[in-house]
Amino acid sequence: MSATQNLIQAEPVSRKLPRRGASRRAKRILRRIPVWLSVTVLLVVVLYPMLWMILGSFKTQGEFFANPTWALPESLNFANYIEAFTRGNIALNYRNSLLVTIPSVVLIIFLGVAAGYALEIMVWKGRRPTLLLIMAGIMVPGQMILVPLFTAYFKLGITDSLLPMILTYTAMGIPLTTFLMAAYFRSVPRELFEAATMDGSSPLRSFFVIGIPMMKNAMLTIGLVQFFSVFNDLLIALTFTTRPDLATIQVGLLSLSDQYGGTNYGALFAAVSINIVALLIVFIFLNKKIMAGMAAGSVKG
Amino acid sequence: MSRVFGDRKTVLILLVPVLAVYGLLKVVPVLWSLGLSFFNGNTLRGFEFVGFDNFTTFFTDAPALNALWVTVYFAIIMTAAQVVMGYLLALMYVFVLRKGSAFLRTAVFFPMVLPTVAVAMLFKSFVAVGDNQGPVNDVINLFGGESVEFLATTSGTMTVAILMTLWSSMGFYAVLLYTGLLDIPDEVIESARIDGASGLRLVRHIVLPLSAPILLSSIIFSFNSTLKVFDSLLALNNGGPGTSTSPLTLYMYRTAFEYAEYGYGSTIALVLTLLCLVFTVTVFRSSAKRTED
Repeated sequence: MSATQNLIQAEPVSRKLPRRGASRRAKRILRRIPVWLSVTVLLVVVLYPMLWMILGSFKTQGEFFANPTWALPESLNFANYIEAFTRGNIALNYRNSLLVTIPSVVLIIFLGVAAGYALEIMVWKGRRPTLLLIMAGIMVPGQMILVPLFTAYFKLGITDSLLPMILTYTAMGIPLTTFLMAAYFRSVPRELFEAATMDGSSPLRSFFVIGIPMMKNAMLTIGLVQFFSVFNDLLIALTFTTRPDLATIQVGLLSLSDQYGGTNYGALFAAVSINIVALLIVFIFLNKKIMAGMAAGSVKG
Repeated sequence: MSRVFGDRKTVLILLVPVLAVYGLLKVVPVLWSLGLSFFNGNTLRGFEFVGFDNFTTFFTDAPALNALWVTVYFAIIMTAAQVVMGYLLALMYVFVLRKGSAFLRTAVFFPMVLPTVAVAMLFKSFVAVGDNQGPVNDVINLFGGESVEFLATTSGTMTVAILMTLWSSMGFYAVLLYTGLLDIPDEVIESARIDGASGLRLVRHIVLPLSAPILLSSIIFSFNSTLKVFDSLLALNNGGPGTSTSPLTLYMYRTAFEYAEYGYGSTIALVLTLLCLVFTVTVFRSSAKRTED
């Protein structure tokens, strides 16, 4: 929006002096060359490593050594993918990741939106300190809570399940989500909720009938951000993976590389490529929301 | 009206679940961990109160000091690289490509959503696969150099870790700073242009001061995420060679969960938390001073 304004207003300045059209045009094109050159270099730097990985996932072990590393695969064979799925437990890892990520994100979002409403729309003594206490959690590193939580989960006897991960991710996602939800509620005109009260709606009813529908967009945006941060996490997953069959995809990738290390590139390339392609598909559809959400999540300082 | 929105029951219904989860799973563990840092031992062996011994141990423990150094070094280099690179990209988006920047913005951002573990696997292969040790060495060979085993040395591993983190995060910082640059009123830039400012001078005297707040947020955000670096250094080279590229996070993880030293592990976690606090406060203060001058 602002960019368009910028463009519209900047244009007259650059067109102010229309003298000697042809040579000016040539100069303009010449001036654009460094720009296109840097854009091309940038795109190659960003995209080539991923392309190289995906191409590599179709190579046989022999090709990795016989041909130069930049060579294209000789044929399109999916043997590496089959191996990654059958020997490397990738399917189970993905299942675990989703079983952990989806409940965590749903919990984070609903707890966060309720807290945002209670802290921003409701008026009560002590709401500022409560918000500050929750926000303080944004900075505390995960390492600070792992040892006590590990002990507590062990005493509760739930270490043999995915529950410790879900609980921990939920607790870790609350501070940022609450902070952002409170900010979103702040930007909504209060009169909306006050008018509903005039019509006889209780504040709790207003939360469900007006608050949640109005926050739908915000919930989706923050939900995406939390999805990526939970799905991509390694620390919590590694700590609470007490049995190999509880491993999420990140832990699975790590052990796949330990297991095969320098010996079997193909399966590792295939496993990483699945990640890249799956996230690329998600990103193509949701990039605007993801980018907006991630940027909003960090401008909290 | 205010009495309706002061309804206790509503506040309790909405807030108790959050406070229960947050209190039990975050606040209590933080305090618990704080307490543990004055003890030695673990749950099975029992705990023994040692006062400040863990802290004195920390400052004479060579691996711990190395981990502290790795963390600080990584955070400072990475923050400088991310913010400078992000700012350059953002300036390019806003002033050079203008409306045509959408595709590039999106493409350069994409690696940010990839799991750090996958990115580390990618770059590990990128400098180590095959007889030639990956495409990077192919380029080095092309210019007549010998293949370099990046992951065999500390400096090589750090270089790969820094480049790979920059690769995956620069697009994110660019978008963050880009939204900040868009907030600068167009009239301000226009009037500066009319006054004859252009190119570098426009950026230095007009754009840079006006984007100071968003730069500050980016620097703080960057420090807080890079001081907590864990996945990338673990997945890239297992904190090695040896433990030479293990940051505090990894050293804490190993101390607590591999050597079952819960007390000392908690002490390391506390040092890390304090480090984040110190960096944030320092950045805030230095910027506050500058605006006063």
